Amino acid sequence: MMDDLYREMILEHYKNPIHKGELEEINHSFEDENPLCGDFIHMDLEVDENGIITNAVFSGHGCAISQASADILLEDIIGKKVEEVQHFDSQYVIDLLGIELGPVRLKCALLPLKVMKAALYGIEKEEE
Amino acid sequence: MFDVSTIRDDFPIFNRKIHGNKRLVYLDSAASSQKPQQVLDAMDRLYTHDYANIHRGIHELAEEATAQFEDARNRIADFIGVQDSTEIVFTRNTTESINLVAHAWGRKYLNPGDHILLTEMEHHSNLVPWYMLAQEKGLTIDFIPITADGLLNMDQFNILLNKQPKLVSFTHVSNVLGTINPVAEITALSHQAGAVVLVDGAQSVPHLPVDIEHLGVDFYAFSAHKMCGPTGIGILYGKRVLLEGMNPFLGGGDMIKKVTFEDFSVNEIPYKFEAGTSAIAEAIGFGAAVDYLNAIGMQAIHDHEKEVTKYAYEQLATIPGLQMMGPAADQRGGVISFELDDIHPHDIAQILDAQGIAVRAGHHCAMPLHQRLKVQASTRVSFYLYNTSEDVDDLVKGIYKVKEIFGRGDV
Ligand SMILES: Cc1ncc(COP(=O)(O)O)c(C=O)c1O
Repeated sequence: MMDDLYREMILEHYKNPIHKGELEEINHSFEDENPLCGDFIHMDLEVDENGIITNAVFSGHGCAISQASADILLEDIIGKKVEEVQHFDSQYVIDLLGIELGPVRLKCALLPLKVMKAALYGIEKEEE
Repeated sequence: MFDVSTIRDDFPIFNRKIHGNKRLVYLDSAASSQKPQQVLDAMDRLYTHDYANIHRGIHELAEEATAQFEDARNRIADFIGVQDSTEIVFTRNTTESINLVAHAWGRKYLNPGDHILLTEMEHHSNLVPWYMLAQEKGLTIDFIPITADGLLNMDQFNILLNKQPKLVSFTHVSNVLGTINPVAEITALSHQAGAVVLVDGAQSVPHLPVDIEHLGVDFYAFSAHKMCGPTGIGILYGKRVLLEGMNPFLGGGDMIKKVTFEDFSVNEIPYKFEAGTSAIAEAIGFGAAVDYLNAIGMQAIHDHEKEVTKYAYEQLATIPGLQMMGPAADQRGGVISFELDDIHPHDIAQILDAQGIAVRAGHHCAMPLHQRLKVQASTRVSFYLYNTSEDVDDLVKGIYKVKEIFGRGDV
């Protein structure tokens, strides 16, 4: 169970994230938190005139699952079309992570998806 | 005298394994304690043998169930040093007890501009009801600050008393820092300043001998589920004069004396605050929990916890990168919250869980306290009568495993 959850891949993205940082030239940006655990994610996304996500970075702090999930999600969406990304659901992220999560940790894992969608489509910040 | 292995035998949950084959190391009793067979049996016996609704039926079962219910109330009163058991109100839990005071006392007696005093170490259940009342009534709230070592700052408290608060409401034992507050002293000073005193006893009654009349408080709240009893039942103690003056809380059956098409009149205390069918089996289970703890002795339980806590404190202090919050080992109850390197508490708890070790991660329903300490979240271990030094040893091993997984292996 632990060996699944803290697989090398997850830990690697947590310790050495590829897409951590902030962008100067952004056209989409959003941030949100899970007040219950203190996970915080800020995302900057750059979308070109063809609707392709050309660059994406995140910053934030929190548990390994939330931070790794942000990095893995961004890795996945760069180069994709906004319309395609729109259909990503929880299951998509869970499959990307390749781990089984209980209900509490699921919130951690899904925070980046929530932030990404809000950044791209302006979904309202959810009240906790 | 105090034999932990016999005590553990009373708790059937310790027969199970965690994640297949791991020994259960239960270090989350501050959230809720495990239950001894004696309590389960008492509730079972009621349901299989004596069950009926109470205070109403004129038949043998109703009379027996009522007698058991009221007997539980008497034994709980005894347990906390209260002579007059009509001062013992059954509620659902500590949270409901505090809300009851906010509604039935606060709404009646507090007025716009009035001042109330809480502390920086309160659980949300002793904050939010007062925030709600303050918004409704236009009250102002101040907080007794904590010192660097997690004790209440008594100098600041004395200064804040000059604002003549109408209510001083604070926790007996902090569920995060483990701090044991000087209840009798704070109560005496508050009374001199003319304030009514409410104490949140959720983390004290389960762990130390508490004599409410000796402490002199006006209201005292606690929950059965943290002291070997069932969920869904708690206590509000209130001084008779106060309870009698208060408005009722919820309206319905049991809390009335008489109802007409025009009006109603209110029942005597404590029934005035016990509208609707009570948690009968739970109250009786609570009585059994109190008997169970009494038979072992609260002083013995407290001494045992102090020993385990001291040992844990010493062991945890040797782990590099581990920072404990709150006062020294000899000034605290069986609660230790800590930070470990820059590893998030959720990750710590999850990895410990995989080894069969149950701890709490987060802000433990004390967000303002964490904000005050500039800590995002912490990991909390808490001890009870069934914990052993072996549990502590497993915890320490578990924490080293966390460090290893996160590559903080400066070990
Ligand atoms: C200090 C303190 N107060 C109040 C509570 C609330 O108790 P309950 O959830 O039983 O109402 C708790 C327990 O979580 C607590 O630790």
